[in-house]
This record gives sequence, structure tokens and C-alpha cells, in this order.
Amino acid sequence: MDTATLSRPLRKPSSFHRAKRRIVRGLQIFALLLVLVYTLFPYYWAFVSSTKQGAALYHSALVPALDFTYYRQLIDNPIFMGSLLNSAYVAVCTTFLSLVIGVSAAYALGRIEFPQRRAVLMIVLMISIFPQVVVLSGMFELINWFGLFNRPSALILTYLLSTVPFTTWILTTFIREFPRELEEAAIIDGCSHFRILTKILLPLMGPSLASTGILAFILAWNEFLFALTFTLTDENRTVPVAIGLIAGTSRYEYPFGQIMAASVTVTLPLIAVVLVFQRRIVAGLTAGAVKG
Amino acid sequence: MASVSLHAVSKSFGTHAVIQGVELQIDDGEFVVFVGPSGCGKSTLLRIVAGLVAPSSGIVAIGGDDVTDVPASRRGVAFVFQSYALYPHMSVARNIGFALETLGMARDAVSQKVLGVARMLKVDHLMDRRPRELSGGQRQRVAIGRALVRQPEIFLFDEPLSNLDSDLRMEMRLEIARLHTELKTTMIYVTHDQSEAMTLADRIVVLNQGRVEQVGTPQQLYHAPDNRFVAGFIGSPRMNFLNVSSRQEGEVAVLTGAGNLSLALTTGDAQSGIAEIGIRPEALRLVAEGEGRIACILERVEDLGHEHFGYCRISDGTVWVIRLPQAPLPDRIGKPAGLDFAGSAVYAFAADGRRVAVGAGHVAEGPQP
Ligand SMILES: Nc1ncnc2c1ncn2[C@@H]1O[C@H](COP(=O)(O)OP(=O)(O)OP(=O)(O)O)[C@@H](O)[C@H]1O
Ligand SMILES: [Mg+2]
Repeated sequence: MDTATLSRPLRKPSSFHRAKRRIVRGLQIFALLLVLVYTLFPYYWAFVSSTKQGAALYHSALVPALDFTYYRQLIDNPIFMGSLLNSAYVAVCTTFLSLVIGVSAAYALGRIEFPQRRAVLMIVLMISIFPQVVVLSGMFELINWFGLFNRPSALILTYLLSTVPFTTWILTTFIREFPRELEEAAIIDGCSHFRILTKILLPLMGPSLASTGILAFILAWNEFLFALTFTLTDENRTVPVAIGLIAGTSRYEYPFGQIMAASVTVTLPLIAVVLVFQRRIVAGLTAGAVKG
Repeated sequence: MASVSLHAVSKSFGTHAVIQGVELQIDDGEFVVFVGPSGCGKSTLLRIVAGLVAPSSGIVAIGGDDVTDVPASRRGVAFVFQSYALYPHMSVARNIGFALETLGMARDAVSQKVLGVARMLKVDHLMDRRPRELSGGQRQRVAIGRALVRQPEIFLFDEPLSNLDSDLRMEMRLEIARLHTELKTTMIYVTHDQSEAMTLADRIVVLNQGRVEQVGTPQQLYHAPDNRFVAGFIGSPRMNFLNVSSRQEGEVAVLTGAGNLSLALTTGDAQSGIAEIGIRPEALRLVAEGEGRIACILERVEDLGHEHFGYCRISDGTVWVIRLPQAPLPDRIGKPAGLDFAGSAVYAFAADGRRVAVGAGHVAEGPQP
């Protein structure tokens, strides 16, 4: 009968739904913990290993021994500290340059209509699809021509190759979605292009700049292959290469503890950068510009 | 203060002609409203005046000077956007004062002027807030304040009130009218709201598909539309239309059409070629079946309290709206009825939409069926 199909299913009691909501919540928390353990365990393990001495390294205990000898050794190691400085220089310059280039390119690609725009965007994307190994030998020649071999500046030049494409892409998307009327209001208010960029666009681009900047920074900080290829001497190395080349006191000793201590140390600046900038990554800054 | 004139202004986006040969003369201190259906090019025309869009051809002059190639910031115009376009990262005070700041005016002078404008618009208690912390009406006031503070020669408004609810819209409408009386600045105002256009405008410009259909005072457009488009666009509820066939008998056109229409109009010249007639809802009277000039069925009545609308279906399926003095008895609904009107209330249109002059008082009685 019709009435049978139309009749509503029996309404479950409220306690049933409450229990269901609790179970779902529990499962969510469990999943979150799983992901956290998965991502954080390697880092924790490195920390545990870095505080153990000698034979203790080969016991897989989960509790750190809290012996900071290796860290002290690292601080006293001028080559390692030098490589930290090199890394900071390279990463900061790469980030800064790729943001400057990315913003200018994105402003042009996102705002100015010209026939080759799509082609240019595709080319920008194409640049970033080649694996590092493919461009390595060509880059090597280029670096030599510029006379930059065995200089940290060479690394900045090569890292821009990877960072500029994605900063340009992300920022182009942002600028294209930026309300045109805001810009027009600024034009009516008498702003030049430069003033629009500095007073209107850049302050509102904070979140996208912070996120792309962080990505560029991490990429430049962690890069290994180019850094290994384009530097020759210890005093010009960046941290990842320096760690890779840490040697033990004898041929037969693998300096596991030191490497772990160094790995933990180099991650700290990254964490600091992310923590400082994450406050800027607040979505919805543009909310309220347009009807809301 | 300044006059604005557009001479043969056209604009195409690619192959799409958005503005086609617009000629327009706006006097100093006039309040002109652009109306037209969505996508007809109102905003584009306003942006051409502002200098935000360059015309493909033609001349824009402000105060008698050719400004076609003068950048927007040097034209002495202020623009109020539909979306307000307030700078979201600046306080209200800075939003209003930003143009002066850009000019390089001293900080004290800026804040004094900003305060003056804010007082005038009653937003002086909100100076430190960000735009997102304001209500729609407050945002609109700030946007107007930002325009005011520069003491522009011309105000341009692009549907400034369309994001507000109807109460606020009426309040802001009064405010804008007051502003115009006080400042006596030239204002160009885009809207698709009939009542805004009729109440604010000194003159209305009706646009359709990038062309100017008619320019005139609200009364001219209402009482003497040039063509079918303007007749149908101005007035709310809109004019009722009916297709007719006409037979010329000397100076008189005898019109026949659906609903046993019986009408003869004095047209003066021979061959008027009337193809359609239009009558405003307020000119129609509901009469008993068999009386009046058109037979119809009263389908539905809307009682809005202060006014009453009837919907009448004519035999060819056309539905006419009539404004009734009071709600008719319920038992008349769904029954046949008649519609009567004075011959002088009839607007006649040729097949191409042009209005055919049928002077008032020249109406002859038509043949009764
Ligand atoms: N930058 C642009 N590029 C291409 N086409 C455009 C551009 N700006 C406007 N148009 C087109 O021009 C036509 C008129 O647009 P306009 O914004 O002037 O209409 P409008 O009369 O203001 O409409 P509405 O009442 O909806 O605001 C539309 O068909 C629109 O698609
Ligand atoms: Mg518009």
C-alpha cells in the first residue's frame, strides 16, 4: 500500500544519536593520533638516537637518554656552524627573490590581458616538471659561465628554477581572484601601480605570501643534489650536504649520533619559520571588502 | 562641478559591442540616472566616464575638456561601487582618507577632513573599525564618505544600494538625494530600481543593448515614451501590451485584436502601421462582462493593503495587470469581465517598436461587436 511506503522510518531515540556522535568523535581523534604518530615518529626517533652514546644506539629504546654530547660537539664544529649560515643565506635569499619575482610575474599574468598569457603560464609550469637530474649538467655549465662555481650564490640561482614556478602559480591564482573593484577604487583614489601593489595588494596578500614563502624556504633549506654538485669545499656547503659528509673519528665508525643531532638541529629553524609565519596564514582577510 | 559629454562613444570587448555610439550631454549639477536591463552596458558606460575603461572610439569630455585619454585619478571623479570596495585591511578613517594620503596631504589636515565627512555621514563613531566589522548600510556610508572627501566634480554611483535591504535602501536614497541638494555636484547614478530612478533623477537615460533608447525627465519617460522598449521599461507594474491589426480609414486607424478589442484612433497621417498598443495598469478600469473595450477573465487578485492588482487573461493568452481602487468581490475571480480605458491612455507602437503619435482627444469610438 501507498501508506506503507510513505510512512516515516521509526525515529531512533536521542540517546542513540548521542552515542553515535561520541563514537564518530572517538574515531576522528584516533585517526588524528595515527597521522600525528606517522609524521612525528621519525623526528622523535632522530632525537632519541641523537642523545644516546656508543653501544646504546643499537638498543631500540624509545626513551631519550638526554645526553647532549653530540650537540655540544656540533656547536664546537666551525664547519657545521658555517654551513648553517650558508643555508640561512641561501634559503632567505631564495625565498625573497622568488617572492619578488613571483609577485611581479603574478601581477602581470593575473591582471594584464595579453594574448600569450596562457602560453606563458604553461611554460612556467613546464619549467618545474623536469627532474633535477635532467637540468643538472646544463646548470653546471651555466654556473661555470657565470663564474659562480663553489659559491652559495650559485645555489640561489638554481633554486629559483624550482621555486619561482610554483610561487608564480599560486600568486597568480590569488591575484586573479582579487576583487577588481578594490584595485579600481585605488586607481580612482589616485594610486600608481606601485602604490596599489605596496599599499593594497601586498598587505592583503600576506597569507599567500607567507605560505608560498614557507614552501620556498623549506625547499631551499632541504635541497641536497644541487648543493652537493655545485659546492666543492667545506666552507661553502649547506647543511644537508654537510650532514651527509660528516665523517666519524675512524674509517670504521659511522657517526650515527652526530648525524642525528645535526638533523634535529637543522629542523629547528624550519619549525621556527613556520611558527612565526603561520599566524599570518589566516584566511578570510579579504572578507568584508565585498558584500558579506 | 562640471558637465559631462559623450560623443559617439563605443566600446567593444573583442567582437562583442557593448556600447554603441552613445551621444549624451549632462549639465553641471545635474542628477542623471542610467537604467536598463542587466547586461545593457550601464556599468561599462559609467566606467568609461570614470576612466576605468577606455572607449574603443569616441570622445569623453568633462567640463568642456576632452578627457578621453586622461587617467581616472586626474578626472576629478569619485566612484561608489556596488560592492563598496572598501580596503579590508584599513580602518574606516584610513579608508576615507586614503585618497588624501595618496595626494600627500599633511596628516592633521587629512584627519580633520575625514572627521568632517564622517560626521556628515554619521559614521564618526566607527572610525577605528575594519570594513568587515560594519553592517551593509555603514559600509555604504563609508564608501560614500571615501568619495565625498575628495570633493570631486562628478560623483559616479554604480548600483550603490542594491546590496541593502529595502528599508535601508529607502533611507540611503533620501540621504543621497539630500547630498545632491547640498553639494549640487554632478551625479551619475546606475540602477535597475525603478523607484530610485524615478525619485532621484533630474533626467533618466534608458539604455538597451549598448544604445541610448531615450533621455528625459522621469515624467517625460513615463508619459511620453519614444518607443515600446522605454514604455515597457519605465513604470511598475509595467505597461500592458497587446498585438493588434490595424486598418486605416482616412485619418482613423481601426484596431482589432484579441478579447474583442474595439478601438479606433485618430492618427493624422495615413498609414500609421500600428502593430501593438500599450496601456498602463493605472489607466484600466474593471467593468462588467460585455462592457468596456476588451473582454477578459479576471484570474487573480493581489491585495497589498494600500493597493490592489488584478491579473486579467485575454483570449490570446496575454495577461494584463490592472491597478484596482479596491479589492473586487471574491465571486468575481475566475469569471469573465471587461476592461475599459480612455482612448487617450492608449500608446500605439509600429512593428519596429517606434511609438506612433495618437494625440490625446483624437480618439474615435470604435465599432462595437
Ligand atoms: N571586462 C570585460 N570583458 C568582456 N566583456 C565585458 C567586460 N565587462 C563587461 N563586459 C560585457 O559587457 C556587457 C555589459 O556589461 P555591464 O557590466 O556594463 O552591464 P550592466 O548594464 O552594468 O549590467 P548589470 O545591470 O547586470 O550590472 C555584458 O554583456 C558583459 O558581459
Ligand atoms: Mg553593472
